[in-house]
Amino acid sequence: MDGWMDGWMDGWMDGWMGGWVDGLLLTIGITSSFQMQFMLLFSRQGKLRLQKWYVPLSDKEKKKITRELVQTVLARKPKMCSFLEWRDLKIVYKRYASLYFCCAIEDQDNELITLEIIHRYVELLDKYFGSVCELDIIFNFEKAYFILDEFLLGGEAQETSKKNVLKAIEQADLLQENIDYQTRLFAGTVWTL
Amino acid sequence: MPAVSKGDGMRGLAVFISDIRNCKSKEAEVKRINKELANIRSKFKGDKALDGYSKKKYVCKLLFIFLLGHDIDFGHMEAVNLLSSNKYTEKQIGYLFISVLVNSNSDLIRLINNAIKNDLASRNPAFMNLALHCIANVGSREMAEAFAAEVPRILVAGDSMDGVKQSAALCLLRLNRTSPDLVPMGEWTARVVHLLNDQHLGVVTAATSLIITLAQKSPDDFKTSASLAVTRLSRIVTSASIDLQDYTYYFVAAPWLSVKLLRLLQCYPPPEDTALRSRLTECLETILNKAQEPPKSKKVQHSNARNAVLLEAIALIIHHDSEPTLLVRACNQLGQFLQHRETNLRYLALESMCSLASSEFSHEAVKTHMETVIGALKTERDVSVRQRAVDLLYAMCDRSNARQIVAEMLGYLETADYSIREEIVLKVAILAEKYAVDYSWYVDTILNLIRIAGDYVSEEVWYRVIQIVINRDDVQGYAAKTVFEALQAPACHESLVKVGGYILGEFGNLIAGDPRSSPLVQFNLLHSKFHLCSVPTRALLLSAYIKFINLFPEVKATIQDVLRSDSQLRNADVELQQRAVEYLRLSCIASADILATVLEEMPPFPERESSILAKLKKKKGSGKLPENVNGSAELHAEEPAAANKASPPPPTEVLALNPTPPAAAHSLLVDVFSDLSAPTAVAEDHLSRFICKNNGVLYESQLLQVGLKSEFRQNLGRIYVFYGNKTASSFLSFSSWVSSSDVLKTQLNVHAKAVEPVIEGGAQVQQVLNIECVTDFSDVPVLNVQFRPQQEVQKIFKAQHPMETDAAKAKLLGFGVALLEGVDPNPANFVGAGIIHSKSAQVGCLLRLEPNTHAQMYRLTLRTSRDSVSQRLCQLLSEQF
Repeated sequence: MDGWMDGWMDGWMDGWMGGWVDGLLLTIGITSSFQMQFMLLFSRQGKLRLQKWYVPLSDKEKKKITRELVQTVLARKPKMCSFLEWRDLKIVYKRYASLYFCCAIEDQDNELITLEIIHRYVELLDKYFGSVCELDIIFNFEKAYFILDEFLLGGEAQETSKKNVLKAIEQADLLQENIDYQTRLFAGTVWTL
Repeated sequence: MPAVSKGDGMRGLAVFISDIRNCKSKEAEVKRINKELANIRSKFKGDKALDGYSKKKYVCKLLFIFLLGHDIDFGHMEAVNLLSSNKYTEKQIGYLFISVLVNSNSDLIRLINNAIKNDLASRNPAFMNLALHCIANVGSREMAEAFAAEVPRILVAGDSMDGVKQSAALCLLRLNRTSPDLVPMGEWTARVVHLLNDQHLGVVTAATSLIITLAQKSPDDFKTSASLAVTRLSRIVTSASIDLQDYTYYFVAAPWLSVKLLRLLQCYPPPEDTALRSRLTECLETILNKAQEPPKSKKVQHSNARNAVLLEAIALIIHHDSEPTLLVRACNQLGQFLQHRETNLRYLALESMCSLASSEFSHEAVKTHMETVIGALKTERDVSVRQRAVDLLYAMCDRSNARQIVAEMLGYLETADYSIREEIVLKVAILAEKYAVDYSWYVDTILNLIRIAGDYVSEEVWYRVIQIVINRDDVQGYAAKTVFEALQAPACHESLVKVGGYILGEFGNLIAGDPRSSPLVQFNLLHSKFHLCSVPTRALLLSAYIKFINLFPEVKATIQDVLRSDSQLRNADVELQQRAVEYLRLSCIASADILATVLEEMPPFPERESSILAKLKKKKGSGKLPENVNGSAELHAEEPAAANKASPPPPTEVLALNPTPPAAAHSLLVDVFSDLSAPTAVAEDHLSRFICKNNGVLYESQLLQVGLKSEFRQNLGRIYVFYGNKTASSFLSFSSWVSSSDVLKTQLNVHAKAVEPVIEGGAQVQQVLNIECVTDFSDVPVLNVQFRPQQEVQKIFKAQHPMETDAAKAKLLGFGVALLEGVDPNPANFVGAGIIHSKSAQVGCLLRLEPNTHAQMYRLTLRTSRDSVSQRLCQLLSEQF
C-alpha cells in the first residue's frame, strides 16, 4: 500500500497558489511594463523582409504570428486607421511604397510615437541607402538589422537622433572598408566616435 | 541588384540572393537552397581552413536562408568563431547570426558568453556595443546570470562612452524584464537615476526607459526620479525647439524623451512637494496650450509627434485624477480630435476618452460628446474605430443616458461587423441590467438582443435574464406576456425558445387568463418550435411541459399524448427519451399534491454577480467598465474565490459517484448556473475508468483530489479512498459517507470507516470501505464528501468608533490594502486586496468589511493564502473599527 501515491501531488501546490498570487498582482496592476514586442517588415505580396522579436518566442509561434498578422494587415483598406487590436496587443503599421512596417506594442503604449518610430527608421534606411527601396533591404538585409539595432534596442529607442545613428553606422562601414586603418585603430587606445 | 552597396559587399551573397529571387517556383527555391546548403556544409567541413571573409559570407548566407523561413541546423560553431575575430565586420555578422538564431545548446552559450566577456572588457566602444546589443537581443537566462553584474558597472562607469551607456541601459532593461530576480539593486541604482540629468539626450532617453521598468518593480528605490523627470520635462517643454538640435523631430522638441518622462511620472502619484507639483502642472498646461497653436509644419510627422506627447500628458492627467481643470481641458481637447479628419486621431481620442469617462471629475464632460460618438458609430468606415466608439459609449453610460445608449447600440447591432457582435451583445446586456429602472425595459432589451443577434447571444446572457425574472415578481407577468408575443414570430431564434420555454413553464399561468394565451395556445406555440430545436433545447421544453401539467391540469392529457408518442418515448437521444419516460410516469402516478411539490415554482436565485461581466472580461483583455468599476479587479478577485464560492456560507462539495439520471435531467431546471456541474461531469467521466482498472484519480477540483485504490477477493472488496487537500490550509468538518438506494442496499453491503474531521493543508487522508457483494446490481453507490476549507476567517464585532465611510476607507488604505471599488454589489461594503511580502513567500490577501449601521456592527472577512495570516489580520483589523 505504501508509496503508491508518492509524488501524487508534487508540484500542484506551487502552481495553484502561484496562479492565485499572479491574479492578485494583476488586480492591483503592479507588474505591467510597456514595450514593443516585435517589428515586422513585409511586402505587399506578404513576403517577410525583416523580423525583430523583443520577447522570447519559439520559431513556431513566430511563424504563426507572422502569418496571421501579415494576412490581417494586408486585408485592410488604405484609408483605415494605422492601429488595430490584435490578440492582447496593439498593432501599429504603416505602408511605405511596397513595404509594410508593422510593430506590436502593449495596451498602455503610445501608438503615435510608435508610428514615428517607424518613420524614423524609414528615414534612417532612406538616408543610408539613398532613397531606399525594397531591393536594398533584400540585398543588404544585414545592414537593415544593424541600423535597427543602433536605433532600437530591447524594444526601446536607444538613440533618436538621426545624425548620431548614421554616424555610428558609417563609422562601422569605415571599419569594413579600410582594414589597414582598422588594424591600426584597434591596436591603439585612442578611439573617437 | 541595387546600385548602392555600402560597406564591403559580399558578391557571393548578392549572387545567391539574386538566384533565389529569380526562382520561378517554391520547388525551384528549395532546390537552390539545398544546393547552397550542401555547398556551405562542404566548405565548413573541408580540409582547407576558411578565411574570415569566406566564413562571414557563408554564415550570412545561412542567416538569409533562415530568414526566408527554412530551418538551419549547422553553422552555429562558425558563427561563434566569428565572434572572436578581430575584424569588426566579421564579428558583427557573427553577433547578428547569434542574435537571430540563438540556440540553447549549453556548450555554445558558454563560448558565446566568453566572447561577449572579452568584448565587454576590450574597452573598444564598437566591440562593447556589439556585445551589449547581443545580450539585449538574446536576453536569455544564461546571459543574465553571466552579465547581470557587469552591465550596471558599465552603465555607471565614469569613462563609458555615451553610446555604450545607451546600449548598457537598454541591455539592462532587457535583462531585468526577462530575469528580474537576477538583476539585484545596488549602489548603481542611485547613479542610474542621475543619468536623467545627463547632457546627452540619447543617454537620458535610454536611461528613462530603464528607470521606468525599474520603478515599476521597486517604486521606492526610484522615488527621486520623479522630481528629476519633472525638471527635465519642464526644460524640454519650454525650450525653443532649435535648442535640442538633432533631438528635435519635425519641430517637436524631443518627443520620444517627453513621452518617456511622462510615462515615468505615471509610476508615481502626483508630487507632494507643492513647488514641484505646480511645475508639473505648468508643463502639462503648456503641452495642452501647444495643441491649440497652429501647426509649425503640414507634415503628418509633426502633428503625430506633437499629439503623441499630448496624449501621453493626458494619460498622466488621467492617472493623477486629481486636477479637475486639467481633466476637463483634456476632455475638451479630445473632443476636438473626435471630429478630426485624421482617422488615427479619432481612434485615439475615442480610446483615451474611455479612461476619462471613469473619472468622477470628467465623466460629465465626456458625456457631452455622446452625440458625436454615436455619429462615429454610424459613419466611421473602419471597424476598429467603430469598436472604440462602442467602448466609449459603454464607458460613458450611466443612469441618465442608458436608454439612449442602449437603443443606439441595439440599432448598430443590426449592421455591426460580425467580429464585434458578441462583445456588443454582452455590453448591451450588462448596461441594460445595470441601469434598469424598470425591469420590463430590461426584458424588452434582452429579447431584442436575441431577435437581432441571436447567434451572438451567449448562454450567460439568457441565463441571466431568467435569473432576474425569477428573482423579481414584479416583472414575471410582463416577461411571460412578452416572450409569448415574441414566440409568435414565424422564425425565432433558438435562444428565444429557451427563454420562452423556461419562462412560460414557470409563469405561463400569469397570462393564461387571456383566451388568446390560454394554456393550450401556449403549449401549442411552444411545441410548434420543438422539432426545429437542438437536443438541449428540446430537453428544456420537455421540462416546461411537465411544469405545464402542474400549472394547467386541463392540458395534461394533451401533453401526456405528446410524451407518449414514439418520437419521444423512443427517441434516439437517451436524455430526451429518459425525460419523456420519467415525466410521463410522474404525471401518471403522482397525486396533484406531489406534482405541485415536485414542480413548484423555482426559488429565487441567490444574489450574485453577473456572469456576463466575467464573460466580457474573458473576451477582452481590457473591458472598461462604467462608473469607476475596476474591471480587472472585479474578475481577478473573483477567480480565486470561485472555487470556495460554490455554495456559501459553509462551502461544501458534494459529489456523487454516480450522478443519478433524474438529477442530471433536472439540473437545467434546478440551477442553470450550477457551479458544481463541471466537477460532477468530470467525476462521471473518471468513474468509467475504474471499470477496467483498480486505482487512479476519481475526482479533482481546485481544492480537492480524490484517489481510489481497490482490491477484490471473490465477493469481498476493499476500497481505499484518498482525499488530498490541495490548498495550503486545513479542511474543517471533513466527513464522507456512502449512501445507496434502497434496492442497492439489499444487493451490496458497504461499510465505511470514519475519517478524521480535519485534513491539514497539503495532506491527504485515507478512508477504507469494506464491501460485500450480495447479489448482482446495476445501481452505483454514492460517495458524499463534505468539508469547509479554512482560509477564510470571519469575525462579527461591534463598532467601537462612529461608522463613517471615509474614516473606514482611510483606515483600510492606511493598513496598506488596495480598495477595489464596485466589486461588491453592496456599495457600502469595502473590498480590498493586497500582498504581504516576506522573504520566504508572498501571501495574497483579500478582505471584505461589511458595515451594518443599523446594528452598529461590522462583519469582517479575510481570505488569504495562509490560514495563520488570515487569523492574525482578522484579529488586528477587528480592533480598529
